[in-house]
Amino acid sequence: MIPGTYDYLVARSVDEAVALLDQHGGEAKILAGGQSLIPLMRFRIAGPSVLIDINHINSLEYIQEIDGTLHIGALTREAELDQSALIRERYPILLDTSTMVADPVVRNWATVGGNIAHADPANDHPATMLALGARVVARGPAGERVIPIDEFFTDAPFETALGSNEMLTEIRIPAPAERSGGAYFKLERKVGDYAIAGVAVYIILDGSGNVSYAGIGLTNVGQTPIKARAAEQSLLGKPLDDANIHAAADLAAAATQPTADTRGPVEYKRAMARTLTVRALHKALTRATGGE
Amino acid sequence: MSTHHISVTINGTPYQGDVESRTLLVHWIRDILGLTGTHIGCDTSACGACTILVDGKATKSCAMFAVQADGRQIMTVEGLEQGGKLHPLQEGFHEEHALQCGYCTPGMLMSSLALLQRNPNPSEHEIRVGISGNLCRCTGYVNIVKAIQYAAEKMQAAEQVPVGAEGGE
Repeated sequence: MIPGTYDYLVARSVDEAVALLDQHGGEAKILAGGQSLIPLMRFRIAGPSVLIDINHINSLEYIQEIDGTLHIGALTREAELDQSALIRERYPILLDTSTMVADPVVRNWATVGGNIAHADPANDHPATMLALGARVVARGPAGERVIPIDEFFTDAPFETALGSNEMLTEIRIPAPAERSGGAYFKLERKVGDYAIAGVAVYIILDGSGNVSYAGIGLTNVGQTPIKARAAEQSLLGKPLDDANIHAAADLAAAATQPTADTRGPVEYKRAMARTLTVRALHKALTRATGGE
Repeated sequence: MSTHHISVTINGTPYQGDVESRTLLVHWIRDILGLTGTHIGCDTSACGACTILVDGKATKSCAMFAVQADGRQIMTVEGLEQGGKLHPLQEGFHEEHALQCGYCTPGMLMSSLALLQRNPNPSEHEIRVGISGNLCRCTGYVNIVKAIQYAAEKMQAAEQVPVGAEGGE
C-alpha cells in the first residue's frame, strides 16, 4: 500500500530537527529508522503531514560508557548494539533485547531511540529500559531535560512525556554494579513477530546474596510497557531462591493486562509472563554470580 | 506533498529522477527504473522479498522512501551476475536447489550476500539467523542453507587463489 502525502524535510543537526519540530507543531514526526513508522504510514494508521529525517545526524549514533553511565545515541541502530563488543561483554540484557527486535534486516535501520520513543507496548526496549532504570534525554527549544524512563511512558499507548517540539536524543543506563545481572526473555511465534509476552529483569545483589535492586519490565501484555512494581518490591532484601522467584513471578503476572488476540488468550499470555519472569530471574541470578 | 530530485547509484549505474516524498524505494526501483528483480511480497516489511543493499547494508526497500536513498549506493539482485557469470550465491542456489517458486529468491540472495560480506565463514546457526528476516514458503530453508554454505566455500576458495594463478586469457 502507498502512504499518504507528506512533506519530507532533512535535519542535519539536532538543533535543526528541534527547530523544524517547533515550527511544525504537532503536525511533524521524526523519521529515524522508519521500520515502524513507514509500515504504519503504508496502512494509513499514521499520517503525519511532515516528516523530519534525522538519518544524516551521525553524531546521534554512539555507544559509550563514561563515568559509570552507558550513553546510547538515539539514532544508534539495533545492529550496532548486536555487534558492539562493549554491549556483548558488559550489557548482556541489551544484547538479549536487540537480537529479539524484529529481524536482522530491519535491525540495520531500526534505532534504539525510535524503539523507545514510539512507545509501542509490543516493542522490546521499553521493558528492558524499565528494568534497568534508564533515563532518556529530550531536547527541545528550551534545551535538554533528563526523564526517568518510568515517567517517560504515560498511561496511554503510543504516548510519551515528549512535547511536540522535543526529540529524544540519548538513553542513559547505569553501568553494571558489582553482583548485578539482567536478562530479557521474549516468547514469539516466529522471528519478526511481536511478543506473545516478554520480560526484562535486572537485579543487584548485596554482599550476602540478598536483592538490593530489582527491576522488572513487561512487553506486550498491556496497553503500555509495564513496570512490575509489586514484583520488584517483593524481592528486596531477600535471596533469589525458588520460592521468592516464583512469588515475584506471580506478582509480575498479576500486573499484566493482556488482551486476547491471534497470539493467544488472556490466561495464556499471563501464564507466559509468569514463566518468562521465572526464567529471566534465574538467568539474571546466573549472570550476577559470574555465569553467562 | 513534496517532490524531490534524487541521484542514486544502482549496481554501479547512476540514476536520477523526481520522486514524490511518499514513493517507496521499492516502487521507484521496480516501477520507474524497471529493475523488477526486486520483489514485493508483503505490506508489513515482514517477508524480506524486497531486500536490497543500501550503502552495503541489507535493507527492506519497502520500508524506506525513495527520497531517503538520495546520494546512496544501492545493489539489487541484478547486480550479482558479472559478465554473464553467475555470482557464487546464484550458482549455489541453482546447484543446491534452493528455490522452488523463486519469489523470495532475490531478497534471500541479497540478505545472504550481506551475511557473507560480514561473516565469510558462517556456521549453520549463523546462516539461519542471518536469513531470518527473509521468508520462504517453499523450501523449508534446508537447501537455502546448503546453497549459502556452497557459496561461502566457493568465495573463500576464490580468495585463496594466489595472485597470477588465475586468468591468462
